[in-house]
Amino acid sequence: MIKLKTVRGEALMRIKEHPILKFDYQNEIHFTYNNQAMIGYEGDTIAAALYDNGIRHFSNSVVHDRPRGLYCAIGNCGSCYMRVNGVDNVKTCMTLLEENMVVESEVSVASND
Amino acid sequence: MIEKTAVASKEMVRSRFPKDKDVLFRPKAIIECYKEIPCNPCETSCPFHAITIGEDINAIPQIDFDKCTGCGICVHSCPGLAIMVAMIKNGKAYFKVPYELLPIPLVGERWLAVNRNGDVISDCKIEQVMPGRKSTNTTTVVTVSLEQPYLYDFVTIRRPGDE
Amino acid sequence: MIKRDLVIVGGGPAGLSAAKVALDAGMSVTLIERFNQLGGQLIKQTHKFFGSQLQYAKTRGFDIARILIDDLKGYDDQLEILLDATCVGFYPDKVLTVYQYGKYMKYLGGSVIIATGASEKVLAFENNDLPGIYGAGAIQTLMNIYGIKPGKEVVMVGSGNIGLIVSYQLIQAGVKVKALVEAASTIGGYLVHASKLKRLGVGFLMNTTVKKAIGKDHLEKVVTVKLDDRWQEIPGSESEIDADVLCISVGLSPLHQLLSMAGAHMLDVSELGGLVPKKTCDYETSIDHVYACGDVTGIEEASSAMVEGRICGLMAANHLGFKHPEAQSLEDDLNNQLCVLRQGPCGEKIRCGLKKVGEIYD
Repeated sequence: MIKLKTVRGEALMRIKEHPILKFDYQNEIHFTYNNQAMIGYEGDTIAAALYDNGIRHFSNSVVHDRPRGLYCAIGNCGSCYMRVNGVDNVKTCMTLLEENMVVESEVSVASND
Repeated sequence: MIEKTAVASKEMVRSRFPKDKDVLFRPKAIIECYKEIPCNPCETSCPFHAITIGEDINAIPQIDFDKCTGCGICVHSCPGLAIMVAMIKNGKAYFKVPYELLPIPLVGERWLAVNRNGDVISDCKIEQVMPGRKSTNTTTVVTVSLEQPYLYDFVTIRRPGDE
Repeated sequence: MIKRDLVIVGGGPAGLSAAKVALDAGMSVTLIERFNQLGGQLIKQTHKFFGSQLQYAKTRGFDIARILIDDLKGYDDQLEILLDATCVGFYPDKVLTVYQYGKYMKYLGGSVIIATGASEKVLAFENNDLPGIYGAGAIQTLMNIYGIKPGKEVVMVGSGNIGLIVSYQLIQAGVKVKALVEAASTIGGYLVHASKLKRLGVGFLMNTTVKKAIGKDHLEKVVTVKLDDRWQEIPGSESEIDADVLCISVGLSPLHQLLSMAGAHMLDVSELGGLVPKKTCDYETSIDHVYACGDVTGIEEASSAMVEGRICGLMAANHLGFKHPEAQSLEDDLNNQLCVLRQGPCGEKIRCGLKKVGEIYD
């Protein structure tokens, strides 16, 4: 098993051993989140990689500007929309992480009022 | 009551054991399936046709202790992890139980014996470990021994320190 | 416009099973799946399935997904699988708009099978949108597909099979389950699942619900409250549990949107989880040659979704004149399988719901 890491240190949220499943984290993928360098692994969605890097706050609600995290993780709920490579409203729970991706929080509509 | 607590009463547990304790001088499967659910792998996996559910797969399994050899195939076949094999030998109770957590115990280690309520009742000795493999759909089956008075209380093992 | 004998929306247990039977009957099939792999929710199910051998009992969910996917190999000239593809429009003339990789495509199906599954219900309480509060499916996805633990300490809400199974999966992944909260006075799911948790030391808080979540940018504490026998909160019975994850497992609702959009006759049936299509005993909706199967027609287990899918595939083929080699015996066998799966006390709710939508169990 390769040593798993995030830019902040060891990847604490990754399951290294499991009684039933086998996880094979192979190639590191480098990306940025709000200009911070981050590390994920091949096969991660953007949301999974962010999660492993300690990011829980993905977006903000439109009217009341409240923090939103993952809710459904299968593309139903829309809580995890972010800007990816300049494109707004990307479902980060459904989009696979790619090398050099630029992931950003969207500027909240509410805060523009 | 079990619908509220998930814990079978003493009478319910006893009803799954042979009435005559001497029968347990040979290993026998104890099937703790108390509610009708659509499921029958225990019946279809038993090579000795000791377990009967019948055409309505919702029926509660019935076991014929004369036919049961205690082979333990039903232990890793039961999707509900509701079957164990019990035996009495030299004044001790022996159990084969399914175990799906890590770490897997090692033969000779002393682990904790746990009852149906999740409480530690005693310690126990790990006698044998059959690691999960493809033919058991990856369920590990562990054989343990403990004092005979815990025969009707024991249900699973816990790693020491994980109280 | 791309024309196919059959278009199936949804690559879960129902859709995959439908595809296999329709392919055997000789149809050309397009299978549309929103995710980047097939299998639906099966791919994150680590437990062994119930049912009988005919529905792969005692096989783990992710292994069943593999079996169903492998069943579609060898049909390259008949089968087109679209992954990462979302069906965004469905019209009464059986035209579907599909979005994939930045492009829109139009499909016309001789028949269409809708097997879109279900989405998770939410629970209303103060601060229920705080990060750290998830649907049970999200936790399964993070843990069992990506290998990422959702947090350190979890409170689970709901003692149906999903709540019980996901609690067990959390423990398998090395995460602490601090409590399982259930508003009813009895456990909703299979007792064998509940007993597994109980002996691992999980506390069941019955007649209890979540009053509010506490935390600034992320969940820190869950406040629970006891309910009386009329489901009213008992003042002063609040208690706080430290937790960074709250997992909501209070049921599913059918993903009915495509059927509603096409104008299929829909019924609101609480036993089935919400809006479901009215259908004939041939699984045909009110729109000719449009069928539905699996959770979109009523929330049930994956075992019955597979069987329903096979029946749907068979019906779609039959009605367009495609002959499955074993059509009649297969139909009888599948209908019998469903009866057997549903005839016990666990099937009471679904039997009751299905009576309301159509001709089944009259």
